[in-house]
Amino acid sequence: MCEHGLMIFSVHVEVRLRPGIADPQGSTIERAMPTLGFAGVSGVRVGKSIRFEIDAPDEAAARSEAEDLCRRFLTNPVIEDAIVELEPAGVAS
Amino acid sequence: MSSRVGVVVFPGSNCEQDMLEAMRLVGGEPELLWHGDATVNGVDAVIVPGGFAHGDYLRPGAIARFSPVMSAVAEFAAAGGPVVGICNGFQVLTEAGLLPGALQKNAGLKFVCAPAQLRVETTNSVLTRAADKGAVLSIPINHFEGNYTCDSETLAQLRDEDRIVLRYVVNPNGSVDDIAGVCNEGRNVVGLMPHPERSTSELLGSTDGLPLLRSLLSA
Repeated sequence: MCEHGLMIFSVHVEVRLRPGIADPQGSTIERAMPTLGFAGVSGVRVGKSIRFEIDAPDEAAARSEAEDLCRRFLTNPVIEDAIVELEPAGVAS
Repeated sequence: MSSRVGVVVFPGSNCEQDMLEAMRLVGGEPELLWHGDATVNGVDAVIVPGGFAHGDYLRPGAIARFSPVMSAVAEFAAAGGPVVGICNGFQVLTEAGLLPGALQKNAGLKFVCAPAQLRVETTNSVLTRAADKGAVLSIPINHFEGNYTCDSETLAQLRDEDRIVLRYVVNPNGSVDDIAGVCNEGRNVVGLMPHPERSTSELLGSTDGLPLLRSLLSA
């Protein structure tokens, strides 16, 4: 640990449309599948993938900050939710 | 009688000059409000115009809502000041939490640029008080993300409280309940996808935007 005790966490946020919210992109992709010869594909949903790094004292603090960021900025809670994955990626200098 | 109208400009706004012209035409004194200044400069009404504020990155309106001017707009709205968001401006106001719901990508993924027929559902709002209830207005729409959506409780509340201001006669984008525009609880904040500033002269094909813009001046 460095003297400030900060670690770097690599964060991956998957932004998804909430269940029940219509997904025009997903349904368009799904409709195109049979014409391309892909049969039996269903439930297509399109989201966003966002990656960044956070400096934090521990994993719980990093997760809490990432979730706050998702709630206030990276998602629109009216239509979206997010899955946050994070892993340690070293010690902050 | 209010007359000074502030038109907010973000990087990427593109309807502000049309709005200035339109407001002058109905007798207002419009001025631009730069997004980076945390003030509405003492105006009597605020318009958040169309365009692609901050490039629409992340989501339309998602970054614009953090611009310094938006805290001043929120204070102005909370004090009862008339605020209207048009197209991208509607998206900004929903992201800022000044209006309920969200604007999704159009059903069918088509960018729609065409005149739309709109029914005035209530005259109890800052944008429709000089219009006639039940009147059908021809005003163009020009958007990819105008598909209004909200949860069923919010929709029920909007209906019960007569807060659906405008409805499409023929739904062009998949909006829930054919919604083209809504207002807040105080009825002083209105968002709509159609562009009334583009319906201000017979040369443009319609003058049906005029009663809406006049409403704002008398708010």
